[in-house]
Amino acid sequence: MGNMKLTLKVWRQNGPNDKGRIVDYPVNDVSEDMSFLEMLDVLNDDLVRKGEDPIAFDHDCREGICGMCSLFINGEAHGPGRGITTCQLHMRKFKDGDTIYVEPWRSTAFPVIKDLATNRSAFDRIQAAGGFVSVNTSGNLVDGNAVPIPKDDADKAFDAATCIGCGACVATCPNGSAMLFTAAKVSQLSLLPQGKPEAKRRALAMVEQMDKEGFGNCSNTGACEVECPKGISLEHIARLNREYLAAVVTQE
Amino acid sequence: MALDSKIPPGPIDKKWTYHKGHMRIVAPANKRRIDVIVVGTGLAGGAAAASLAEMGYNVKAFCFQDSARRAHSIAAQGGINAAKNYQNDGDSTYRLFYDTVKGGDYRAREANVYRLAEVSANIIDQCVAQGVPFARDYGGLLDNRSFGGVQVSRTFYARGQTGQQLLLGAYSALMRQVGKGAVQMFDRHEMLDVVVVDGKARGIIARNLITGEIERHGAHAVLLCTGGYGNVFFLSTNAMGSNVTAAWKAHKRGAYFGNPCYTQIHPTCIPVSGTHQSKLTLMSESLRNDGRIWVPAKLEDAQAIREGRKKGSDIPEADRDYYLERRYPAFGNLVPRDVASRAAKERCDAGFGVNKTGEAVYLDFGAAIERYGKLQANVLKIENPGKEKITELGRAVVSEKYGNLFDMYENIVGENPYDHAMKIYPAVHYTMGGLWVDYNLQTTVPGLFALGEANFSDHGANRLGASALMQGLADGYFVIPYTVGDYLADDIRTGPIDTKRPEFDAAEKEVVDRINHFINNKGTKPVDEFHRRLGKVMWDKCGMARNAQGLQEAIAEIRQIREEFYRDVRVTGKANEFNQELEKAGRVADFLELGELMCVDALNRNESCGGHFREEYAEMEGPQQGEAKRDDANYAYVAAWEWTGDAGKANLHKEPLTFEEVKLTQRSYK
Repeated sequence: MGNMKLTLKVWRQNGPNDKGRIVDYPVNDVSEDMSFLEMLDVLNDDLVRKGEDPIAFDHDCREGICGMCSLFINGEAHGPGRGITTCQLHMRKFKDGDTIYVEPWRSTAFPVIKDLATNRSAFDRIQAAGGFVSVNTSGNLVDGNAVPIPKDDADKAFDAATCIGCGACVATCPNGSAMLFTAAKVSQLSLLPQGKPEAKRRALAMVEQMDKEGFGNCSNTGACEVECPKGISLEHIARLNREYLAAVVTQE
Repeated sequence: MALDSKIPPGPIDKKWTYHKGHMRIVAPANKRRIDVIVVGTGLAGGAAAASLAEMGYNVKAFCFQDSARRAHSIAAQGGINAAKNYQNDGDSTYRLFYDTVKGGDYRAREANVYRLAEVSANIIDQCVAQGVPFARDYGGLLDNRSFGGVQVSRTFYARGQTGQQLLLGAYSALMRQVGKGAVQMFDRHEMLDVVVVDGKARGIIARNLITGEIERHGAHAVLLCTGGYGNVFFLSTNAMGSNVTAAWKAHKRGAYFGNPCYTQIHPTCIPVSGTHQSKLTLMSESLRNDGRIWVPAKLEDAQAIREGRKKGSDIPEADRDYYLERRYPAFGNLVPRDVASRAAKERCDAGFGVNKTGEAVYLDFGAAIERYGKLQANVLKIENPGKEKITELGRAVVSEKYGNLFDMYENIVGENPYDHAMKIYPAVHYTMGGLWVDYNLQTTVPGLFALGEANFSDHGANRLGASALMQGLADGYFVIPYTVGDYLADDIRTGPIDTKRPEFDAAEKEVVDRINHFINNKGTKPVDEFHRRLGKVMWDKCGMARNAQGLQEAIAEIRQIREEFYRDVRVTGKANEFNQELEKAGRVADFLELGELMCVDALNRNESCGGHFREEYAEMEGPQQGEAKRDDANYAYVAAWEWTGDAGKANLHKEPLTFEEVKLTQRSYK
C-alpha cells in the first residue's frame, strides 16, 4: 500500500428522486500506482466492512475502451489529464493531502441512477435512430476490396469511430449538448462510400432524436473536444452541420 | 447421455455446404411467431441478435452493462483473421484451418474449425459493408499484419482497436433492429437462470439491475453469448463485470461444460503493481511483430536491474538473452501465446525477471525503431541521417502502428516505452473451454445454444491471436442464423411461451432465495476478499503450470473458501435496488464452483496440451526438451462435464476427437 492521504468529497444520491448531497471520506494508504477507480475500490472495501453502503459507480473494462466509467473529478470530466478515461487516471496525478471532488455526469438527459451512476440510454436511442448502414447480414456481399477507400478518408472515419460513447462531451458542455457524440457517428459513416447513400437521412434522424432526448444546443464552446478521452475533433461537428444543412435544404 | 457432435457427412470442405442445404428452415411468416432470447451483446450476441431480427424472428437481447455497445469484445486490440490471401503469401481456407487446429494443440473439432475458416472471408466483407473503418494502404485496399503461430499475414485490423470497431459494427446493426422494434433491448439486466420446460430451454429469469426486480422472459430458444470465465482468477484482462453466471446456471440445468481447464494466459500484459490491483491490461500481440522479448543473460545483471542499480538499456547486446528467438528460431517472437507465456515464466522462475517482483521480461522496440528509421530515411531520401534522426523517424513509424498502446502503457506504468523497453508478464486472457456444443452450436439442453467464447468449440487447448473476433462474428452472423432455424422448425405451432408455468415459478424462487441469502447473511467480509483468495489459488495451482498435488490442494482450498464465503460474506444494501455488491456476490458464488471444476478437469487430463501444462508431462530430453507432451492415445477427447449437484463430483463424458485431415504431430515452432 502507498502513503498518500486524501480527502474525497463524493456525491451520494439514493436514486433519481433523492436530493443528493456531498459526503466527506478520508482515504489513507493510497499508492500512486493505483488507478482512480482502484482507490475507490479501497474506500468501498472499507465501507462494506463497516456495514455502510458503498459508493455506486459505473465501470467495466478498466482500460479506457468500453466507455462505461464516467465521473466528474474536481470539475473535469474524467478528471485531470487529457486523452484518458477515469479508469486510466492514476493517483500519481494527485498529491498527498489533496481534496478531491467526485460527482456524476450532470445532464438532464442522463438522470442519476444512484450516487455516481447515471442512465445514458439516450445515446442508444440516438444510435438506433440512424447510426448504421442499412445492410443485412449476408454471405454474398461484394469483396471487401471491391471498393478502394482513400487512406485519408478511412483514417478520418476511424478517428471519428473511436468514440466510446461515455458522455464526457455532454457532461462537460455548458449546454449539455450531445453534438460531438452524434457528429462522430454521422461523420464516420458519411466519410465512407458504404455510408453515403443514407447520409442525409441519417443526419436528420439522429439530430431529431438528439433534440427529443433533451440535450442542449451546440454553441461551439469546444469544451467537448478538450475533455473527450478519445480526442474526437470539432471538425466532425462541422461535417454534421454540413450534412444536416444539405439534408434540410434538399428535403422533399 | 451419449454426446452426438452432429458433424455432417462428406469431405471436410463440403460439410458446411451440405449441412446448409439439408437443414430445415422456418418460413418468413412463421418466424414472426417465434421468440428468441439472446444473452450478451458482444460480437457473438450482437451479431446473432441483429441477424436473427433481420430474418424476422422476435428477439429479446440482454446485457448487464448500461449499453449493448460496452460488451467486452470492445477491448480486443490486435485484429481479426480471415483467409483472404490479399497478400498472396500462400494463405487459404485450408491453411487457416490447419494453423488453428495445430495452434490449438490438436484438441479442437476439425469440422467446426474448417467451417470457421470457410466463413472468415465473409466476415470481412460484412464488416466493410457496415462501415467498419479497417486499416488501409495508400492504394485504398485493406491492410494486413501477422500474428502468433502463423507464417502468413492474414490479420485485418483497425489500429489497436479492432474489437471496438467490429463491435460497434455489430452494435449498429443491432440498434438498427432495435429502432425497427424487431429487437427488444434489455440493458442493465442480468440473466440469473435458464428455465427448462419438458427438457427444452424455454426462457430465462433475469434481474433488472436498476430496480432489482426479478423478471421472467419466455422464448422458443435461448442463445448464450456471454463470453469467457477468465475472471475466476480475479486478476485477468477481462472487464470487471465479465462472469460465468449465465453459462454456469445453464450447466446446472443440464448443459455439459467442455474442457474447463483450457485457459489462455496471454504473454504480453502489464505486470502486477500491487495488492490494490483490480485488473490487468493487455498489450496487444501485434506488438510482437516488431518488439523483441528478452531478459539479461547474466543473473547478476537481472539482480542489478531488480534492485534499481542498472537499467535495461545498460545491458549490452551480447549480454541479452532473446530467449524466444533462441529457442524457436522458425517463429521467433511470434510463437503462439501458450509457448511464449511458459517461456517467460521459465526465465523468471530461473531468476532473470526484470522488475521488483521478479515477474517481468522486456519487450523492446529499440531494434524496430532503428530499422524503421533507416527505411523511412531512404523513403524520404535523407542522405547520411544521424542516429538521432533515425530514431526520430523510427519512433514516428512505431507510433503510427502502436501509438495508442504505447500511450496506454505510459498511463499505467508512468514510464515512456519509446525510451525504456516495456516490461511485460503473462496474464489470464481468454478461456478456450466453455459450454459443450454440437456442430449446430447447441448445448446438451435442446433449444439452448452457446456462441463465441462461451462455447468450447473452435480453439482446442490454445487459441491463436486474432481468432476470437473471428469466431464470435462467425457464430453470430454466419452459423447460428442457419442452425437455429433447423431447431425452431418444430416450434412454428407452439405459440407464445407461458411464463406462468410451474417451471418458471420454481426457477424464480431459487433465484430469489439465493439473493435473500446474501442480503440477510450476517457476515463480515466483502465479496472481493473471497474473490481475491479464489483467484490466488487458481493462479498458483491451476495457472500457467499445474501438477497433481497442487490441483488436489486447490480443490480442498476452494471448497474451504466457498464454505467461508456463504457463511461470512457481507452484502450491504437491499435486494430491490441498484446494488453492485449483490451483483458481485452472485458472480463470485458461481466462480467458486467453476474453479473447482476447472481443477477437477485439469487433474483428470494427465497430459500437457496448449494452455494446459502439467509439469509431470513435459519432454525430458531431446530437441523438444521442456515442451508440452501430449498423450493422444488416451486424451484425444473433449472432456464434457455433467453437473450432479456438486462441482467436485461432476460426471465425465468424452467426445472422442478424430483427425481425418490434419496429422497429429508434436507441435513444433522451432
